[in-house]
Amino acid sequence: MSEAAARPAIEGWFTTGPEPALLASRCTTCGSVFFPRYEGFCRNPGCDGEEFDVTELSRRGTVWSYTDAQYQPPPPYVPASDPYVPFALAAVELPEGFVVLGQLASGYGVADVRVGTEVELVVETLHTDETGDRTIWRWKPVTELGEEADQ
Amino acid sequence: MTGSSNDRDVAVLGVGMHPWGKWGKHFVSYGVHAARAALRDSGVAWEDVDFIVGGETVRNGYGGYVAGATFAQALGWNGARVATSYAACATGAQALDAARARILAGLCEVALVVGADTTPKGFLAPNAGERWDDPDWLRFRLLGMTNPGYFALYARRRMDLYGATQEDFASVKVKNARHGLGNPNARYRKEVTVQDVMDSAVVSDPLHLLDICATSDGAAAVVLTSMDYAKRHGLTSPVRVRAVSTVTPTFPQTVIDMPLLSTDPATAVAPAELTFKQSIGAAAYEEAGIGPEDVSLAEVYDLSTALELDWMEDLALCQQGEAEHLLRAGDTTIGGRIPVNPSGGLACFGEAVPAQALAQVCEVTWQLRGQAQGRQVENARVGITANQGLFGHGSSVLLSR
Ligand SMILES: [Zn+2]
Repeated sequence: MSEAAARPAIEGWFTTGPEPALLASRCTTCGSVFFPRYEGFCRNPGCDGEEFDVTELSRRGTVWSYTDAQYQPPPPYVPASDPYVPFALAAVELPEGFVVLGQLASGYGVADVRVGTEVELVVETLHTDETGDRTIWRWKPVTELGEEADQ
Repeated sequence: MTGSSNDRDVAVLGVGMHPWGKWGKHFVSYGVHAARAALRDSGVAWEDVDFIVGGETVRNGYGGYVAGATFAQALGWNGARVATSYAACATGAQALDAARARILAGLCEVALVVGADTTPKGFLAPNAGERWDDPDWLRFRLLGMTNPGYFALYARRRMDLYGATQEDFASVKVKNARHGLGNPNARYRKEVTVQDVMDSAVVSDPLHLLDICATSDGAAAVVLTSMDYAKRHGLTSPVRVRAVSTVTPTFPQTVIDMPLLSTDPATAVAPAELTFKQSIGAAAYEEAGIGPEDVSLAEVYDLSTALELDWMEDLALCQQGEAEHLLRAGDTTIGGRIPVNPSGGLACFGEAVPAQALAQVCEVTWQLRGQAQGRQVENARVGITANQGLFGHGSSVLLSR
């Protein structure tokens, strides 16, 4: 599959390129930031804002918790390979004050992170369909576990 | 204190269930079975019920969407007012609250609340079709995030923050399996060892297959009346509903919740002092004027073993991070200081969504009456239930005798 054919599994949720980032909606009235993108009425109960701009979220955060999927999830999950290969997931706390889920980067498992581990956003192939590679955001540990424990 | 009454109490005159299992029958037959059992238990004739509330089941076609009327028709139309509630796992509490509110408003005297379900095998997968604006669809498509995945996030956090172990989680299963051994309505009535749990496959690390509850068919029903009605029928001290907490979260909800991909932002507004789950119990205690120190037993939603430990803390039965200590000391076993899930919990029942919160109320009622044969908590005076429905539905019912 050629590099050029790769495109996001969902449009408008994240940028690609060397420094990819999640795209969020920011309420121009109160500054609350919403991911996934949300435009309409601000969900802050004390804010009557209805205007949003698009902002890139911090590319680094810390692990709030983590797990993996040892059995193939049911549809609409599309397995990346046959036979199925388990993958790991992390809920990551961003400096903007909220938690975003994502898979861990390819090659990383639950043994590679702890609550509090620093991770960075990367974009990788989620699966491949008839039009090419479909990409998704993932979380990649910034430091190896042993290295972190030494600090 | 707990013996005192206030003008917001309603009486539980009858409770009934259809045993949990995989029976392959229609949900209506389970619901009617439970309703008739509750009516028999109450001594109230169906013709005297003037309000019926059904817990909606979303997997059983149109009859499930209008469950209140479906059960009313199956019991034989009696002209009662009707309502149907849906609040995911919290459906039963919301249905009960509707009945209680109507009784307290003086708009009815006798209400029948029924929940019943027939559930599919395996993972609960989202509805079919491509739905790019539905988080429940997107979490599977984009992340492969299953329900056990969320339970596992909470479990792992307990391990990293509080030193919980997979053996602790297994011990919850062992305890609940033992509690449910003699419960005639439980689906699984078999001793389980820590080794059995540890030897079962890991589904979502750190949770094993036996840490995660199954889905079941089942039904539960409750007959609620005004205190006046109970008195006129010779019941001077029935079990009473003291509080029904159906609170929603407070923005920003910063704990990741199934089926969402993210939390609310604390960018502009700081999170409330209590998390959503803590606020569910707090609202019940406040409404009842009863504190956690008065609680004799708790029925909590152990979708996973580890979640039982979370709920103990969320209900303020112990401090944050201490649930494992109570578990290890045997405090949460029947005979201990604060028995949790004396019914056997979801570990022994499996989940029948619209019936489950009502099943918790049935169990607490039997416990408070001293009728929980083979699993009775001695001198039970106050019981609390806890559960959370997807999409922001709190559920806690506080009962006393
Ligand atoms: Zn706003």
